[in-house]
Amino acid sequence: MPKSQNDKLQGTLTLLILRTLESRGALHGYGLCHHIHLVSQDLLQVEEGSVYPALHRMEQDGWISAEWQITDKGRRAKFYTITALGKRQLEQERENWARLTQGVERVLRYS
Amino acid sequence: MPWYKRWQNVWRPEALNHELDQELAFHIAETVDTLVASGMTQRDALREAHRRLGNYCLQKERTRDMDISTWLETLRADIQYGARQLRLNPGFAVIAILSLALGIGANTAMFQLINAIRLTSLPVKDPGSLALVVFGENSARAGWWSTRSAEFTSSQVDVLRKEQQAFDEIGVWSAARFDLTTGGEPRYAEGLFVSGDFFQTLGVNAAMGRTLTPADDRESCEVGAVVSDSFWNRELGADRNVLSRQITLNGQTFPVIGVTPPSFFGVEVGTRYDVAIPLCADRLLADDKLGRAPVQAAWWISVLGRLKPGWTVEKASAHIESISPAIMQATLPTSYKTDLAERYLKNRLIVRDGSTGVSGLRRQYENPLLILIGTTGLVLLIACANLANLLLARATAREQEIAVRMAIGSSRFRIIRQLLTESLLLAVGGAVLGAGLALVLSRGLLIFISTSNNPVFVGLGMDWSVLGFTALLAVITCLSFGLLPALRATHMSPVAAIRSEGRGASASREKFGLRRALVATQVAVSVVLLVGALLFVRSLNNLLTTDPGFQSEGVLSVSVNFSRASFPEERRIDLYRDFQDRLAAVPGVTSVAQVGFTPVSGSGWDNAVGPDNTPAAGSGKDSWFNRAAPGYFKTMGTRLLAGREFTERDVRGAPKVAIVNEKFAQKMFDGQNPVGRTFRLEAPAGQPEQTFEIVGLIANTKYRQLREDFYAIGFFPVAQDENPGAGANYVLRISGSPGKVMEQAKATMLQVSPSLAISFLPFSQQLEESLLRERLIASLSGGFGLLAGLLATMGLYGVIVYMVERRRSEFGIRMALGANRGQVMKLVLKEALILLGIGLPVGIGLSLWTGRAASALLFGIEAHDVATLAGACLLLAVVALLAGYIPAMKAASLDPASTLRAD
Repeated sequence: MPKSQNDKLQGTLTLLILRTLESRGALHGYGLCHHIHLVSQDLLQVEEGSVYPALHRMEQDGWISAEWQITDKGRRAKFYTITALGKRQLEQERENWARLTQGVERVLRYS
Repeated sequence: MPWYKRWQNVWRPEALNHELDQELAFHIAETVDTLVASGMTQRDALREAHRRLGNYCLQKERTRDMDISTWLETLRADIQYGARQLRLNPGFAVIAILSLALGIGANTAMFQLINAIRLTSLPVKDPGSLALVVFGENSARAGWWSTRSAEFTSSQVDVLRKEQQAFDEIGVWSAARFDLTTGGEPRYAEGLFVSGDFFQTLGVNAAMGRTLTPADDRESCEVGAVVSDSFWNRELGADRNVLSRQITLNGQTFPVIGVTPPSFFGVEVGTRYDVAIPLCADRLLADDKLGRAPVQAAWWISVLGRLKPGWTVEKASAHIESISPAIMQATLPTSYKTDLAERYLKNRLIVRDGSTGVSGLRRQYENPLLILIGTTGLVLLIACANLANLLLARATAREQEIAVRMAIGSSRFRIIRQLLTESLLLAVGGAVLGAGLALVLSRGLLIFISTSNNPVFVGLGMDWSVLGFTALLAVITCLSFGLLPALRATHMSPVAAIRSEGRGASASREKFGLRRALVATQVAVSVVLLVGALLFVRSLNNLLTTDPGFQSEGVLSVSVNFSRASFPEERRIDLYRDFQDRLAAVPGVTSVAQVGFTPVSGSGWDNAVGPDNTPAAGSGKDSWFNRAAPGYFKTMGTRLLAGREFTERDVRGAPKVAIVNEKFAQKMFDGQNPVGRTFRLEAPAGQPEQTFEIVGLIANTKYRQLREDFYAIGFFPVAQDENPGAGANYVLRISGSPGKVMEQAKATMLQVSPSLAISFLPFSQQLEESLLRERLIASLSGGFGLLAGLLATMGLYGVIVYMVERRRSEFGIRMALGANRGQVMKLVLKEALILLGIGLPVGIGLSLWTGRAASALLFGIEAHDVATLAGACLLLAVVALLAGYIPAMKAASLDPASTLRAD
């Protein structure tokens, strides 16, 4: 199986980011990418650059909030946390994802 | 990040950039750290980190677009760019903004006036449920009309109140004018007689004290006065203790019981009330101490009602119409004879929307204002066409720039949007300046139509509807002058534009056609405006030069009121005589005569006439009447054609005599000499008709207004008046300064009694004021017509100059091949002629079509007057050819050699 280009599946990136932030608390962009790589065991290769427009858009929508903090290494980084609104959105995205996979699964199985 | 942050970011682009860089730099630094830790060299790690991130600039831009309100940012950039473009060409910007300011300002001023007198609701509680009760059209009513906008007699309203079910409350009022002085030259306050429930019906509460209540309008009539805020400020010095003060109205004192809020000006748009007193007070101020309420045919009050919930104007109207017969039946004046009585019983009352109150000003100025706003609208249109033309020329000059921008990937929409932003800047500049101009202009117009005798008050605020109108104008003008050039500019394919190197060889023909069409439109529209202007100016001139049948110059009219001095009725004829003698003795007065009322004052009195001893009632002939003393016609300069003037012997007891005019003779006696013949005058029911002998024939004179065709008029001697009133009017022919005469006349009259009210008005001023409306239309339409012609000429000039510029090389070749100067000039002038040839006929057609709207306002001239049409066209043609002549001369003096070399 080739590595999935996640941004080809509309909205998947949002789902991944929201879920990651929900489980891991505050993260900066790099940490987010890193975490997704690790957890998906390199199956999902996020194009790193596209994470930032997505993060900023989600911040606009109020799903996540951002804060500048100093990292352990003493660098300034922008940390993102999920908001209550973002959690509701995550539920929504999860359901959508479940429906999508279910649908695809059924087509594969029965047609 | 909420929307305001995104807006905010538009204004801090640098800081935003810095943040994004920081965030991405952190990402790269972290990646590098990880890669180096896994054994990569620093250099390779850095390259790999960038590769993983993707296109740095693109990612950064995409991220940035999320943080910023892009449309706002583009707008900001467009505005900045547009402003820079305009600064590069300040002459164009100034001309554009000024001409738009003039056009938008004039339109806004007209709209302000229309809004104020026609559209704005009364400043009272829930004006939407107010309704007026009025008589239907062609109603038969006769009797004593003593105030403007009167509709009803007192008894009719009493019955109406009992019978109607449509209204919760009914308020009744009557306009009046009260003299505030106790003698000498009167100072008037605009007064209202109101019913006790008037203020309650309107829902107006007092700002201080209380308003009138039904308890004030009783038989006993122990009355107080409610004053307006402006009166309180002006006459009572904004005194906080005003409730303990008294004011004098026509010699009677009234305690002040309340002050209304500043916003409340009454129910008549165009007038601001000063003092309101109960209806019953009419009796106290009346000469006969009875007033108008008990008089059956005294039309003096108006009715406004508050509709019950759920009642519409239509439903109320149907209801009131259905109860009209009962009301008429119950109130039929006994003086009405059979045919009038029959017609009276058929009268129908209707209900009209009352949310905007009543207004004589509205009746008088509604149509002129609509015509004037049409005029200003057309002027704005011409100004827009001019700007469109200028922008088209600019677009041609910028063809290269636009082509390059499109070639490197700019979308057509984006460029159009940017060009329109430039136009919008001009339009907004024009609108802001125009709004300021409108404030000055509309106030100026009000001052123009306001006279000391008839002050006009209209609340002119910059309210939302006016601001909205101005904004709408700005947008419409922006689109109308900006859109076409913008579409044109981006129309060509970049390749073609670049290849033609800005000379637009292929597209110029089409583009030029558009500019021609614009100029032809301008010419056509300015023909319409010039024709309108000439019509109104000539109409005014006709009114000014029409022979009114008297010589107004050097005549001073004097009005005396002695109701406060309480002279008994039997002494009044002698008193009239005494006043006349006193006035005659004033130095500078060459002749004096008393008159019932001065002509062209708006007053009038008509009655049925039976020529040669036939019954007057039912004769179907009627005439207008007045009273005059001996010497009146000589004083007024009216020609006596046959017979004699009244003499000292025409007094009570002597044979009843009359002097009539030519029209009267024509109408009653088929144009034969009426002197020595008689006529009968219709009398109230139950009284015998009186017979009068005609002793003199005079030339026709104007009666009520200068615009009218001559009426049939009969004069009776003042000394034979059986019911002499408590006032008298005199006309004085004077030589020398009227100021001195007025001073001495006042002094000598006040010797009779210090409580007399005396006022003066030069007769020529009275005539002038009667033409204010005509003067307003003539001067405004004249001004706008000239402006339109000027703008159209500028447009024409511009297009021809442009054409000459474009065809330089062609002219050069023609001249090199042997064409002479004359032939080249002809080529250029032909262009002007073509534009005129299209514009003028279209303009004439439009003028004929729109002329009908104006015909009601014209005097002595038809809307399709050939000379006027020809004059307007000729004027425009001459100016336009002159405008074409200058570039033609320039074209003819081209040097063929240098022209060709320049290519």
